[in-house]
Amino acid sequence: MMADSGSNEEVAVIGNTDITSTESENNIINTMVERGTALLKKMEINVAEAEKRTGKNTVNMQETYTVYLIETRPAETVPEGGTPAAPDTLWRRYSEFELLRTYLLVTYPYIIIPPLPEKRAEFVWHKLSADNLDPDFVERRRVGLENYLLRVASHPVLSNDKIFFLFLTEEKGWREAVLETGFQDKVDSRLKSLSAAFRVKNPDKRFTALKQYSDELNTVISQLLRVRARVADRLYGVYKVHGNYGRVFSEWSAIEKEMGDGLQSAGHHMDTYAASIDDILEEEEHYADQLKEYFFYTDAVRSVCRKHELIQYELEIAAQDLAHKKQLKEELATGTVRVFSLKGMTSKLFGQESPEQRESKLAALEQSIQEGEQALKEKNSECQEFVRTAWEDIERFKEQKDNDLREALISYAIMQISMCKKGIQVWSNAKECFNKM
Amino acid sequence: MSGQTVPADFTEHMLDLDEDEDLEVFSKNTSLADESPMPNSPSSMVNQYRLEEDEEEQQQDASAKDIFITVDNPESHVTAIETFILYRVVTKTTRSEFDSSEYEVRRRYQDFLWLRGRLEENHPTLIVPPLPEKFVMKGMVERFNDDFIETRRKALHRFLNKISEHPILSFSQHFKVFLTAQELSSHKKQGPGFLSRMGETVKAMANSVRGVRTRPEEFTQMQEYTEDFSNKICSVDKVTQRIIKEQREYLDELRQYTPTYTQWAESEEDLAEPLKGVASCVERCSKETEEHIHHLSEVLLPALHEYVLCAETVKAVMRRRDNIQADYEAKNEALASRKVDQEALQEEVDGLADRVEQANNALKGDWSRWQDNMRTDLKSAFICTAEKNVEYYEKCLAVWESFLLSQRPEPEEQRDMEDAA
Repeated sequence: MMADSGSNEEVAVIGNTDITSTESENNIINTMVERGTALLKKMEINVAEAEKRTGKNTVNMQETYTVYLIETRPAETVPEGGTPAAPDTLWRRYSEFELLRTYLLVTYPYIIIPPLPEKRAEFVWHKLSADNLDPDFVERRRVGLENYLLRVASHPVLSNDKIFFLFLTEEKGWREAVLETGFQDKVDSRLKSLSAAFRVKNPDKRFTALKQYSDELNTVISQLLRVRARVADRLYGVYKVHGNYGRVFSEWSAIEKEMGDGLQSAGHHMDTYAASIDDILEEEEHYADQLKEYFFYTDAVRSVCRKHELIQYELEIAAQDLAHKKQLKEELATGTVRVFSLKGMTSKLFGQESPEQRESKLAALEQSIQEGEQALKEKNSECQEFVRTAWEDIERFKEQKDNDLREALISYAIMQISMCKKGIQVWSNAKECFNKM
Repeated sequence: MSGQTVPADFTEHMLDLDEDEDLEVFSKNTSLADESPMPNSPSSMVNQYRLEEDEEEQQQDASAKDIFITVDNPESHVTAIETFILYRVVTKTTRSEFDSSEYEVRRRYQDFLWLRGRLEENHPTLIVPPLPEKFVMKGMVERFNDDFIETRRKALHRFLNKISEHPILSFSQHFKVFLTAQELSSHKKQGPGFLSRMGETVKAMANSVRGVRTRPEEFTQMQEYTEDFSNKICSVDKVTQRIIKEQREYLDELRQYTPTYTQWAESEEDLAEPLKGVASCVERCSKETEEHIHHLSEVLLPALHEYVLCAETVKAVMRRRDNIQADYEAKNEALASRKVDQEALQEEVDGLADRVEQANNALKGDWSRWQDNMRTDLKSAFICTAEKNVEYYEKCLAVWESFLLSQRPEPEEQRDMEDAA
């Protein structure tokens, strides 16, 4: 579905432009991506291929890694019978995707940044390889990376980022451009916010609720993924054992006269049945990947909540600080000591200070108070701005999540239906063969 | 020892009964028809005692059945020395050799073993239906576990019914005693019993060392087939057991889905409804899986297992036939070498020669009957299983389709949504 300039609906272009309506319904290729943003109006984005490379790493050791081909193409309608223009391409490896994401995380702390597909295969069932170089894993990761880019490209805020644009268009020199933004400094502060243990006096109930929801979602999805892996394992066993029927029936048919043909052909159907599980479980991996995306999303949500907490905390500290200074000023002005201070004590012990000293002190305090008020004002507006932009994104995210997961559940049902239909087919055929025994 | 193999009790009953054209239904055994007419009851009496039966009852030609047996009501019986299960055996019959038309007795597993032993003794080359095994090795199933008892009960029921359908075994005196006598212990003491069987075994071993020189080709083929069949049916039995095991483990894991989806639904608002929908779907599919497993273990597996045991029986029958032939050959050779007692020996040898012929004929007749039964039984078991599988998938399909329907808006609704966008 190419971007159709005639229709009102802007539909994000999903990688494979040959996608049929049933395929898109089944979400085989990719998860739902939002309506077109400014960036997506201009370009199609694909992660088309994956390739193995070897090279020397930072400690001068040989390593094998995978690179992914990013194709971009101006989004325009292709005339009937014409061929689309050749895409611009560049290669990126996973670590560069990670760098991009880190940059986005610190630059837009109020945005729920889309997650990357997993670095290592987790929640595997035993037949699936946990090897990063396994072709199936690489393929699923390719799809995941494309999905990631489309998520960013369709985000109302992130899609406008220059570094992201360069990531898609500038193979060389991108790394330097990222570093030039100086985002590294913010990395440390972000880490601090994530790990620090501070207490906010008046937590924002909405953010508290959101954090709790995010934790619950994280727990339940990981549980679901674990159950799925075990179920897949078991189901694989059930199907594959039926292959033994195939073998035995075939051998048995050799010694039978009347029963021979029926047994033999039934045996073939048992083999078909046993083989069918591979495709079934391969499809189910897509469902698992959709769940995994939201499992990883919970980290991003948590991260926004924590950032808010930090800002809130800093605000409270600033307010506290200001109040304290005002208190001091009042005491100094009126001569009462309500708040203990070392200076106060020493002046009591060693004699009062001179009026000049007091004046200068007052002036300094006044100055500090002014600065404090300014800082508080700024912090306050920072906080309000954060809350405003964050909640905008959170609402957007909630809607996206509900849509995507609903679609995922539907596609799971469709998969189950397909599996049942295959089962009916095979066993009906087998029954016919048994009838001929 | 002589006269044992010619069933004396059998011929006793032959005097009363007429030959009937329904004979063909019971056996294609023309050799037996020459010797002694097959007992049968007039078809008019047939439908009087029709019992509703469970799935194991063979599809018999209705016009021929004149005896109906059920095994049910297992009860634990406790004495000072031991505890065992007594099964109720109810017989309803129109056969004239039975004094009454209905009998009810209590039997324990040992009694069944006794009956089978006597039948095998009296008819060494007939294929006597198998009994369920004494012990269940794997899984350490407790002897008085309900499932075990039920499985055994069904097998015992099948055992007696198979005998009642057998053209020769059905008329065994021991069979009648088993079905009718209130006290079986007095009958058990009669007859050769243990010691003579020991003697048989020793002789059998001696003969097998000797070997069978001139085994007819058809019996060699039977023997080879039996070996192969035994291997195959054992494999099928094992595969089926494995499938059941895997299915059980699958079901255990599958059951984890529902609480997880339900828990998730509790955190969600809009998403709660489809999540609960999926949870409910998985639960219903779990129930279907459970039923499917039940079918496999209660219907398919016992059917296969019966033939695993049958194969062993047939192998033993082959060996006994060989022994009978070896016996004759040994005596025959002795006759050739010895000069004294020629007349007496000759008579003995002739008797043995007859015995060989009878044994061979009995086996040949029973063999084709057994083959037919095997084919019918296993075919129906496999068909039934295939049907159950189709049913299982159809039910699950319906479950998921109804979920899908609940999630998709109506076509009209969808158009409205698109217009509004």
